[in-house]
Amino acid sequence: MSIAEIQQQTEFLAEERESQVNDFAFMVATKNGSGSQTSNSVLVRSLFHMGIPVNGKNLFPSNIKGLPTWYTIRVSGEGYIARRDTTEIAIAMNELTAAEDIADLPEGGVVILPQEWKWGRTRDDIIWYEIPVKETIRQFKIPSARREQVGNMVYVGVVSWLFEIPLELVHKALSDQFRGKAGPVNMNYQIIETAWEWARENLVKQDPYRFAPLNLTEGKILITGNEAAALGATFGGVTFASWYPITPSTSLIDALLGYRHLRKDPESGKDTVAVIQAEDEIAAIGMVVGAGWAGARALTSTSGPGISLMSEFAGLAYIAEIPVVIWDITRMGPSTGLPTRTSQGDILFTNFLGHGDSQQVVLLPRDPAECFEFGWKSFDLADSLQTPVFVLSDLDIGMNNWMSEPFEYPDRPINRGKMLDKIGLEEFFAENGEWYRYRDYDQDGIAWRTVPGTDHPRAAYFTRGTGHNDKGEYSERSDDWVENMERLRRKFETARTLVPAPEIETSPELRIGIVSYGSNDPAVQEARDRLRADGIDTSYLRIRALPLKPEVSAFIEQHERIYVVENNFDGQMTSLIRIDMPQDNSHVKSLALGDGLPMTPGFVYENILSMEQGQDAQERTY
Amino acid sequence: MPRNARTNALGLSRNDYRGGKSTLCPGCGHDSISNQIIRIAWELGLEQHNVIKMSGIGCSSKTPAYFLGRSHAFNAIHGRMPSVVTGATTVNNELVAMGVSGDGDTGSIGLGQYKHLLRRNVPMVYIIENNGVYGLTKGQFSATADEGQFLKYYGDNDLPPIDLALEAIVSNCTFVARSFSGDPGQVQALLKASIAHKGTAVLDIVSPCVTFNNAPDSTKSYPYGREHEIPLHDIDLLAPDFVEEREEILIGEYDEGQVIEVPMHDGTIVRLKKTDRDYDPRQRVQAIQLLEEARMDNLLLTGLLYYEEPRMTLAESENLSERPLTQLPNDMLRPPREALDQLMQSMM
Repeated sequence: MSIAEIQQQTEFLAEERESQVNDFAFMVATKNGSGSQTSNSVLVRSLFHMGIPVNGKNLFPSNIKGLPTWYTIRVSGEGYIARRDTTEIAIAMNELTAAEDIADLPEGGVVILPQEWKWGRTRDDIIWYEIPVKETIRQFKIPSARREQVGNMVYVGVVSWLFEIPLELVHKALSDQFRGKAGPVNMNYQIIETAWEWARENLVKQDPYRFAPLNLTEGKILITGNEAAALGATFGGVTFASWYPITPSTSLIDALLGYRHLRKDPESGKDTVAVIQAEDEIAAIGMVVGAGWAGARALTSTSGPGISLMSEFAGLAYIAEIPVVIWDITRMGPSTGLPTRTSQGDILFTNFLGHGDSQQVVLLPRDPAECFEFGWKSFDLADSLQTPVFVLSDLDIGMNNWMSEPFEYPDRPINRGKMLDKIGLEEFFAENGEWYRYRDYDQDGIAWRTVPGTDHPRAAYFTRGTGHNDKGEYSERSDDWVENMERLRRKFETARTLVPAPEIETSPELRIGIVSYGSNDPAVQEARDRLRADGIDTSYLRIRALPLKPEVSAFIEQHERIYVVENNFDGQMTSLIRIDMPQDNSHVKSLALGDGLPMTPGFVYENILSMEQGQDAQERTY
Repeated sequence: MPRNARTNALGLSRNDYRGGKSTLCPGCGHDSISNQIIRIAWELGLEQHNVIKMSGIGCSSKTPAYFLGRSHAFNAIHGRMPSVVTGATTVNNELVAMGVSGDGDTGSIGLGQYKHLLRRNVPMVYIIENNGVYGLTKGQFSATADEGQFLKYYGDNDLPPIDLALEAIVSNCTFVARSFSGDPGQVQALLKASIAHKGTAVLDIVSPCVTFNNAPDSTKSYPYGREHEIPLHDIDLLAPDFVEEREEILIGEYDEGQVIEVPMHDGTIVRLKKTDRDYDPRQRVQAIQLLEEARMDNLLLTGLLYYEEPRMTLAESENLSERPLTQLPNDMLRPPREALDQLMQSMM
């Protein structure tokens, strides 16, 4: 392209040349296993160090090496961190997907691609930057096996020059990424610097996009939900974890292993957190149930296929009343589904997990900070209620880096619930003249338990899934069964009072209410702002746990129309709400997505807007 | 043996080790095994509060309700008892785990968990009450049924049996025994030895089903067992506190080369007195050969089939603290506030 042509193109875009600062999105297209995760993380961390609110979302295939993978990075001076539907800038590093990646760009978009492809400028309404990836790498003595990996640092250098990321912050990000190891930091930085120099000497900045330093990330951290969950469990007193490898939950256990040093036995220096890799998810939950029964704080971490396998033990733990914590980092299903794509599709299944009559306790974190909070709280809840507690995170929260406030230290001491040790049991006998495992002494549905090893001749009881009376004795009598179920229902009502309350923002109009949960939160928040700009004021309730608290039905009753926003195809939470409030739910509408990608503000905004406009039209016709 | 025949070292009578009344068929081999457990637990003076009785599903898995009424018990789900024991014993290494399973629970639905339990060397006594048939579901063949066997409703069994003792040996189990519920003396001796063992001890006990599989031609029947049981050795044990006296006991009782002494982890010595065969259970290949011979000739060879020095238990190989994880004080369950603050600082 000649200089004249470039000028022509620049003129074509002149009206859009107004500088676009800190409000756009990138898409980096690479090949899986090429090391682009590292370079993308470096970009995200550099922007974070610039003080600009940023998110990075990895949209990757189920593959070790070679298949196309995309990474989106969004910056927002206004602090929005939801995934955007469109990206203005494509860094096309995968020749196989480049045609599509380029075609997807909006008018005025930017593409950065390797020179050596000799691609040709197939669109004239976007800006092209061809960069010398191979040539830059050739200047360094890099083993051929590593070339592709460090090649990704070339676009980091070019992006830094084009959009103005200070190189010292890139260096800092590299240092974070490689935990200060001088070798890899220096090698990668040299490439970044060389690419930056090349860009300064050879490129003419034609696009309007740039970053400008802000101070909006000060005091914040960047962390994945799975790391946060593991840290929460570590501060929650986990002593036993068993698991079977499964995407996207594996990194939770990896992180737990990494935090074990915080919990060494000070006397022996040995571990106090057992982490056992099981032969399958059935064994994983079996071990956790055995450990929970014996008095440990035990967790397992899995995803949908694992939850399927765990259903029998989940039912047993429910009826035998054994505290365990089960993390489900949800992905698309059923079966293998889309193993590396996010979803909220396990809500309904988990809520009722187990055959027969069972209703499980489920926590729904929205981000890493809540993963940390529920990481420790789930143990207190499980012990207090003597029941499994499920925490449903998802791939988006679990595996992507999120900007977060630093985590808050637990605000209450560890609560082991109604557990009787030797002395407790003696006192209990002195007071009540008896102790039976499943007798509801306190009328809250929760009985008192003992654990093996309690040195008291009356401490033992027989644990079974089979029918039992309140003494813990085997019974096939209908009245014993019904009495037990009635107590479990009382316990469920107690659970309703103990689980985390929803977060509610009420608009004075009380017309439109949005109900959502989990990782949809940033998308809902942004959509509400956009709706407000269009004159549509909304209230918002974010569910944080099942069973649903009374606040949820009150909120739904208060509003004329309710939109339940969720990331599954069937509108599963909507179903649960309808079960919970069988009357007066005709104004509850499901806004369910379920396409494997994180929820976007666009989906929420456009759907509510069009439904509201339709609603207005409908109302006018009456 | 306790010095006072009526009470044991803890001052408890044998009745104190009983459980509820059995609901199995009269004459069931499993009830005999439960009685031997009661007897040896009383004789050894086991502290019942430290014992956990674990099982899966099936007739055999019901039996923990019929012995040691002062011990915690967990009747879990079909074939998954091994994982539950793994969790419980890993978090509390003071527990003495006694698992009772059957040939369906272990040989079919639970075969995977069985093998992985052995691989991990989870400390427990694993009793298989093996009768070759599904009782509670009324008479289907199990995976240990004889090839060519005939059952009333299911006809001929064309499939070869799985030998659960052989499976244990090839899974690196360090204590593998076979017995016959009609031989209470041997069952008692093996039970005591297995409790003294560090790691998983497997007792595969032929325990006839009087209702569905007791025809004389079945290798899992009483008549067959009584006719054909071949003990590999006579077994007796010297408890740790009797070991000092062992010299005098030994003198004059056995001839040189007639006794193999196997010291257990807790100081107990298991003495295997030679019978017609010359068999040393400390040779793995020999043990496998023996079971192959038993398979070819339908022999019920009983006794300690295989023993080796115990390797590390799961908790040891995981480098876990020696104190039971269930007894950690709360301040060891939660690191201090500074630890979290420091981490948060490092992430900013």
